[in-house]
Amino acid sequence: MLAKRIIPCLDVRNGKVVKGVNFEGVRDVGDPVECAEEYNRQGADEIVFYDITASFEGRGVFLDVVRETAKKVFVPLTVGGGIKTVDDIRETLRAGADKVSVNSQAVKNPQLIKDGADIFGSQCICVGIDAKKIADNKWTVYINGGRVDMGIDLIDWVHQIEQLGAGEICLNSIDADGTKNGFDIEMLQAVCDNCNIPVIASGGAGKIGDFAEVFEKTGATAALAASLFHFRELTVQEVKSYCRSKEIIVR
Amino acid sequence: MIAIVDYGAGNIFSVKNALDHLGLECGLVSDCDSIKAADAVILPGVGAFPAAMKMLEQSGLVEIIKEEAAKKPFLGICLGMQLIFEKGYEFEECDGLGLIGGSVRKMDDTELIIPHMGWNKLEKLNDCPLLENVGDDEYVYFVHSYKAHCSDSDIAAYCEYGGRVPALVHDGKYVYGAQFHPEKSGETGLKILRNFGGLI
Repeated sequence: MLAKRIIPCLDVRNGKVVKGVNFEGVRDVGDPVECAEEYNRQGADEIVFYDITASFEGRGVFLDVVRETAKKVFVPLTVGGGIKTVDDIRETLRAGADKVSVNSQAVKNPQLIKDGADIFGSQCICVGIDAKKIADNKWTVYINGGRVDMGIDLIDWVHQIEQLGAGEICLNSIDADGTKNGFDIEMLQAVCDNCNIPVIASGGAGKIGDFAEVFEKTGATAALAASLFHFRELTVQEVKSYCRSKEIIVR
Repeated sequence: MIAIVDYGAGNIFSVKNALDHLGLECGLVSDCDSIKAADAVILPGVGAFPAAMKMLEQSGLVEIIKEEAAKKPFLGICLGMQLIFEKGYEFEECDGLGLIGGSVRKMDDTELIIPHMGWNKLEKLNDCPLLENVGDDEYVYFVHSYKAHCSDSDIAAYCEYGGRVPALVHDGKYVYGAQFHPEKSGETGLKILRNFGGLI
């Protein structure tokens, strides 16, 4: 049976992990390569790097980080942030990413999803979505890190990106993000009910039970968290042990 | 030397990174002589079946791959595994390399989330040198929407996803195919690649 995936995400700026953390055995807490290796040791099923660099020079440094990580970590690597064109996708995959995650730019230019999927295959095009509730069973899509409401209905957008060839959705709830009150079960279930591609749950994980809950109550096939793993409140293996105790299949 | 066939399809660097990490001598090759000179051959690939066959044909590599796969260890990975079979039905009917009998078809169970993406458990069916030291509870990483249909006797291991999905195939001689990505399957994948290197 397919295992549920636990995915840690690292924010990277100018080639350094934002908000360094004290991992045992990690010499440079700001080094994304070492952090990725640590997550790999913990049993992470995939690793996500999110580039929040604004400058052109920073981008080059970031791609070097991807290249280095791909030489040392042999689990899938997803890279998001700053991907605007097919050339950006190509460059990122060539650096060693297995998938790219596109978000704001996909909303502004949905053709990017189709072009990316046609050229590189759906399997490497993950569409990130930031969405916020506006009424019962109704959410809209935001861009620019959750700052700008595009007024697009979430479910319409999900249908559209699946049609365009997205291989996966990473769904982040703006309402849940940062609250540590658990994943946004209602929104996740609405999306899972309306598409046939894998959905990664993102935003809101605050305790170990949240991971079991999202897998028990929704069709999400993976759960992503950043700060929870980053600040070592939980390790990936602790989350997996707990899921196993709840008879959820994990690797 | 293990020749990694570079015919324009897929992330060949991942395979090279993994072999480098294991200390297995390898190189990216795109010509007949290098494939002939190699001790073993890996055919990677992601993308669509007909497009990949077309690229192999345009590179003039189809015949040499068929010849060499009868003489030395040969491993197809993901789409490279699917190309091993006689026919593919992705968009259109298309001839494969025909190294193992069978065909490749869409996983069309409407209840299934497609692509089959993530870690799934290897269920061993037949003895295979690539599975040496691989236990009964080990997972490997898959991402695909089409699957092989072939004889049980050619399946070394399968996984469960809406029925049996051939995961590792072996013709009993030199030809191996992995539907999963051993280069992205952590320690289990590295063991399988090390075992492949050990066949030389």
